[in-house]
Amino acid sequence: MDSDIANPVHGKIQAEIDANDVVLFMKGTPVFPQCGFSAMVVQILNHLEIPFKGIDVLADSSLREGIKEFTNWPTIPQLYVKGEFVGGCDIVREMYESNELKDHVTTKGGAPAS
Amino acid sequence: MAMDAQEIESLIRAALPDARITIEDLRGDGDHYAAHVVSEAFRGKSRVEQHQMVYGALQGRMGGVLHALALQTAPPDDV
Repeated sequence: MDSDIANPVHGKIQAEIDANDVVLFMKGTPVFPQCGFSAMVVQILNHLEIPFKGIDVLADSSLREGIKEFTNWPTIPQLYVKGEFVGGCDIVREMYESNELKDHVTTKGGAPAS
Repeated sequence: MAMDAQEIESLIRAALPDARITIEDLRGDGDHYAAHVVSEAFRGKSRVEQHQMVYGALQGRMGGVLHALALQTAPPDDV
């Protein structure tokens, strides 16, 4: 993508979502979330026992802005499953409440069937 | 900086003239709202695409002056 050349952060983001089945770009860490919306997604993923990699965008301001550009999505957190952007807190919660999230991750090959 | 519910609604309506829009001020601070938007324009679109349409209507305010907007979107008969 041309934008990778323009914004090197995009390459870093792409590498993370390629290397990890489930990636959550968040404020803070899974153990110490720094925002209620990020904490809610962490809680949902933990409750569903979906292993994921948490990436703290507060640790890197270029990542914090670059991720919004990468997905054309203005807020954090952002959840990716098998390289595909799933959504932010609203969509993850909506998918959880309608029992879609676990199936989505499992059918995408993101978590062991349990 | 903050926004009022009326401004949010009129921005969304400008982009989605047919929409039924419900805005709730969650904390009274002009920064935390919930919005439920129903529009034919969402039909056949994924949730991400539907939400991106609303964020587009807000013209860059989402995540800026508007810190939090709990968003729910749907086409008319999915409500």
